[in-house]
Amino acid sequence: MRSLFRYLIRNHAFVLFVLLEAFSLVLVFNYNSFQKASYLNSASRLTGNVYNMYHSITRYFNLTRVNQELAEENARLRSVMQEPLNNPITAYSVADSQQVGQSYRFIPAEVLNNSVNRLFNYITLNKGRKHGVKPDQGIMSVNGIVGVVAQVSESYSMGLSVLNQRWSVSAKLKKNGYYGSLAWQGENYRFARLYEIPLHADIERGDTVITSGYSSIFPGGILIGTIHDFSQPEGENYYSVTVQLSVDFKTLSYVEIVENQEKDEIEQLEESVRDDKK
Amino acid sequence: MTRSLIKYGFMFVALVLLQVLIFNQFQFNGYVNPYLYVLFILLLPLSTPRYMLLFLGFFLGLAVDIFSDSLGIHAAATVFIAYIRPAVIRTISIREEDRSDFPGLKQNKFSWFLSYTAILVFIHHFILLYLEYFTFTHFFSTLLRVFLSAIFSIFVIVLSQFIIFRQ
Repeated sequence: MRSLFRYLIRNHAFVLFVLLEAFSLVLVFNYNSFQKASYLNSASRLTGNVYNMYHSITRYFNLTRVNQELAEENARLRSVMQEPLNNPITAYSVADSQQVGQSYRFIPAEVLNNSVNRLFNYITLNKGRKHGVKPDQGIMSVNGIVGVVAQVSESYSMGLSVLNQRWSVSAKLKKNGYYGSLAWQGENYRFARLYEIPLHADIERGDTVITSGYSSIFPGGILIGTIHDFSQPEGENYYSVTVQLSVDFKTLSYVEIVENQEKDEIEQLEESVRDDKK
Repeated sequence: MTRSLIKYGFMFVALVLLQVLIFNQFQFNGYVNPYLYVLFILLLPLSTPRYMLLFLGFFLGLAVDIFSDSLGIHAAATVFIAYIRPAVIRTISIREEDRSDFPGLKQNKFSWFLSYTAILVFIHHFILLYLEYFTFTHFFSTLLRVFLSAIFSIFVIVLSQFIIFRQ
């Protein structure tokens, strides 16, 4: 026993090295530990505050572009508003929209930190639990979908962006409604891959890809991007489709967090059906 | 003692902030990302106890990890270079009288500092980027990233020695 201690003390550097290295590798390979350790990410109070302080200086550099985006969004919303104003609201149309429309709430947020050059890119936002943000809410910008919230602290939140290989989103073609799942491949931050579009679907370059609305994270019909290129791999039943994302993640500054207020109800319903199948 | 504690404490905080706020935003083509913060490990005095070196390496890496949501990969890479640093110094120093207690550019020859930086930075980037990519399917594109980022980091580190730490 004593010689063991003597050995450990003599080689304390090596023992310590092995311990620290093993601990780091456990953190790397055990992705779940990262989910649990909410204080070890960029949404925690300390890191969030540092990013927030820094952002309060750098936000001025983007003002011109942000203003332009807001003006465009205003114009777009106004043109959408025009239609109901022209058509007088009837009892029928009110009832109709209440039945069909799920109630979504949007929380505006600012992007504090964001990356595009890693395999697992994350995004830090300046809204948290006290503003009503919860995990698994969608994040979108004026130009299209951005990601999903993963961790929430008191006043900050952190999400997976589309540019994260641990996440994929249900997408469909606007033209004919064929749907598949969209995931990022980890190379160019402007492009993602759309899977499971069957060969008999009629697709062309430039076709619009939107969210399907089948998941309760995003409402249907939000822009994802356009088809950049596609091919038919031999011996497969599906196209290989490259989608150019409509959001430029390098210039992202303002986003909205989407809250589906009927999400719990939908999930309960789906859960009960899943139980029946067993 | 207190003076060096303040000096290195300040350097630790400054390098972590520089890394996460400025250098993490450098994203040329998704290939090049300099990691300047290893400079802290490079500049610690040679007389630093080894356990201290390892702990400092671990906490430095962990701090950068927490800010960049990449738990563990910076810590693993930095602990590794903190462990091999004494061996690297022993290998590249020829004569006993070459060594001063401080491994900075001011106290050493340019060629010595360059090879010291190059070896440690390259090993650090190698571990870091392969841990991030985890698979070897992208072996060559990752190797290219390692080389480009390492060259950029070495350049910035040597430059920083000329600008800031040379009084």
